[in-house]
Amino acid sequence: MNMRERGFEVRRATRASRVAVLLLLIAAVIVASLPYWAGRDTLRDFTQIAAYLVFALMWNLLAGYGGMVSIGQQAYFGIGGYAMLILANYGGLSPFIAVPIAAVIAAVIAVPVSRIAFRLEGGYFAIGTWVIGEVFRLSVANVSWLGGGSGTSLTAFQGVPRSLRESLTLWTALVIVAAAIGLLYLFLRSKRGLALTAMRDNAVAANSQGVDVERTRLLVYLVSAAGTALAGGLYFVGNLRISPDAAFSVNWTAFAIFIVMIGGLGTLEGPIIGTLIFFLLNKFLSDFGTWYLVGLGALAIVVTMFFPQGIWGYVSRRFGWQLFPVARHVVFLDRAPSSTRGEVIDTIQSAHSAPSAPHP
Amino acid sequence: MSSIVNIVLQGVLLGALYALFAMGQSLVFGVMRLTNTAHGDFIVLLVFVLFALTNWLHVPLWAAVPLLVVIAFGAGYAVQFAVLNRVSGRDPLPSLVVTFGLSIVIQNLLQEVFSADPRSLATGGFESMSFPLPGGIALGLLPLLTLAVTIVATLALQWIFARTPLGRAFRATSDDREIVQLMGVSPRRTFALAMSIAFVLIAIAATLYGMRTAVSPSDGPALLLYAFEAVIIGGMGSFWGTFAGGLALGIAQQIGFYLDPGWGIWLGHVLFLAVLTVRPQGFFPKTA
Amino acid sequence: MSAILETRALSAFYGDFQALFGIDVTVNRGEVIALIGSNGAGKSTFLKTLSGLLRTRPEQVLYKGEAIGGMPAAGIVEKGIALVPEGRRLFASLTVEENLLLGGYCARPGRWNLQTVYELFPVLRERRRHPATALSGGQQQMVALGRALMSNPDLVMCDELSLGLAPVIVREIYAALPSIVDGGMSAIVVEQDVQLARKVSSRFYCFQEGRVSLSGASADVSDEAITQAYFGVTS
Repeated sequence: MNMRERGFEVRRATRASRVAVLLLLIAAVIVASLPYWAGRDTLRDFTQIAAYLVFALMWNLLAGYGGMVSIGQQAYFGIGGYAMLILANYGGLSPFIAVPIAAVIAAVIAVPVSRIAFRLEGGYFAIGTWVIGEVFRLSVANVSWLGGGSGTSLTAFQGVPRSLRESLTLWTALVIVAAAIGLLYLFLRSKRGLALTAMRDNAVAANSQGVDVERTRLLVYLVSAAGTALAGGLYFVGNLRISPDAAFSVNWTAFAIFIVMIGGLGTLEGPIIGTLIFFLLNKFLSDFGTWYLVGLGALAIVVTMFFPQGIWGYVSRRFGWQLFPVARHVVFLDRAPSSTRGEVIDTIQSAHSAPSAPHP
Repeated sequence: MSSIVNIVLQGVLLGALYALFAMGQSLVFGVMRLTNTAHGDFIVLLVFVLFALTNWLHVPLWAAVPLLVVIAFGAGYAVQFAVLNRVSGRDPLPSLVVTFGLSIVIQNLLQEVFSADPRSLATGGFESMSFPLPGGIALGLLPLLTLAVTIVATLALQWIFARTPLGRAFRATSDDREIVQLMGVSPRRTFALAMSIAFVLIAIAATLYGMRTAVSPSDGPALLLYAFEAVIIGGMGSFWGTFAGGLALGIAQQIGFYLDPGWGIWLGHVLFLAVLTVRPQGFFPKTA
Repeated sequence: MSAILETRALSAFYGDFQALFGIDVTVNRGEVIALIGSNGAGKSTFLKTLSGLLRTRPEQVLYKGEAIGGMPAAGIVEKGIALVPEGRRLFASLTVEENLLLGGYCARPGRWNLQTVYELFPVLRERRRHPATALSGGQQQMVALGRALMSNPDLVMCDELSLGLAPVIVREIYAALPSIVDGGMSAIVVEQDVQLARKVSSRFYCFQEGRVSLSGASADVSDEAITQAYFGVTS
């Protein structure tokens, strides 16, 4: 196969992505202004959306980029919530300061947990993490000074005017979401981010190219734990009341899975779009109780079977849209005809189901 | 002293049920690397089907159980063929998500149809009969029956896998699902058959479980975790290993319950984590 | 001589990638033909397509007059075509004997059974309870060949029997070939070793980049013609 020497350049941003960044900035400004004109419910809604979104982003990082499917991330959600509460109620810290500290605590706890969890692989890793989540739940439920099974309240806000508390909660949520999205975006654009995709697709090959698979896996796991704890701390700052069943419920992971699968695994836009869809569904359909959940479950099944790239994945593949340009496009500068395809797209959005390679 | 013996015996009897839960999962994961997070929910589902057969359709228990087994066989084949075959592959995520979705659907449908109340199966008093031993220990007849059934099931599975053409086909398909086609074995049908057998085991487990405890629609996930823990503790790839793992789990839980009712399940989880840390291959792994 | 297998303009794809471009190959009853060619030429792809592991259009493969292209592999073996896959691909969880027994899963009538396979390769009888992958390379190749024979095929296809084996072992295995095809079985033998391929076959086809570049009687063709066809060098 003869290919003539061609000039090329590596481009990153697409027009769609520039539009998207603009939209996001506008959205951020609008959200920041909410405390001045929106009702209490809207503020609470946003805090909840933020928690779901960050949880989903972190789960996506772990599964979609790190290749580790976990059904136990709720452990860190709960750790984030309880650590925040302990630091605020008993340590005298402001809950807003306690949230990031709780994230660090979660990351520290994640180190020994990973030593155990990493003994398992694939589907069994997933269930093993669930068991670990259950251990945390049962342990906390048996600790009476934390309220045992019925939980306890966040008292550190006593004396703080309600509107101030709600405004600060909202801005904290906004900062956390922006930080999560921003840091993930930077990370995935970097060399380490590329390494993740290589690792996910073929660990052995990645290893031979100098990617430290073990270290990278651990790093991703710790980051995911910390981020999930941020979401947990934030959620319970907004909720004011915590209990083991609420904090360590596997439903958190279930919802994150649905969000990510519907939105699109392994993309940055996927969880964002998925969270919005999920939240709208929740808002309008949750009155239907069990039928709503049945529908959600059925939707997850159908999407996984027929749209494995998620709705956003399907759309972005079909129309070539990409809002967060983590991919690098090689664009050949001369348009000379050739028997081989002109554009080589090296993308982080690699499909899980690539056509099988030909055998020599 | 007799109380320690009692704890161990009760643990064995409890563990036998867990082992029975686990057999189906051991089979399915061994043959097709499928992680079925709805495993526990299928057990619960079949309990409720049996309940419907006996309480609503008034089918006597001795006829309803075989009928359940037949229904289960067909349902397992259908579920695998129509739904799970599409997602059984090297990537664990699709099968995980699909079965997770199934889990949610089953739990909520059951709740719609049967309400969230716990139900149990009427056995005419059999569930409270027991066999007295010296030292004040009473061995329930139902748990003893469960132990016997589990042993028979383990023997049967072991025999199928080691000695029959079907067993060879199972093992070969799990090794190399592409090349096994060259022998005339269809991987899709083999997987469906494996799932059918797993469902038969689930049906038997559901029967014994429903006779012994009141079951509610949300019980599924807990059963999944026990089954999974039994498989890991015992060692993957070995049915006798799964049996031993179930017993170990049952004993651990009984010890926990004895110490404090809140710590029963917890101690089982801790045993699982301990085994994972210290001997991750389990106690009786199959040397491949 | 009637043809047992005929391919007509056979094309095969891996996804979007086309591996075979219009292959015409004929195998007559009782014949041993050889497929030669360098790595990546498409020989294994061709055998995989014939055995049903790769899809193709029905009319592109005719077996005993019947269009079988695209039929699932499990059905093709029941028709009487068996493949000894490249790299042996034995089942690691099974013993030697169990691998052979699995070969007989689709019970076609014929002279091949455990007894006769052990007569062909006596060393396998000694090792029958060993895990199949614990054997030496040559013995594993015997198991793979025996496994294919157990389905009593009318056409056996051998993909690089010599791969990774010492020459003396290769000779030993190919020495068994005449007694295998004695009785009317046809065979397609894929080999990179050209001399070996010519010795065991009556006709040959040379593959080059997914096409047949040369074909003819194995005894008659010149070394030079083969070399040119093998490497695709045009004079």
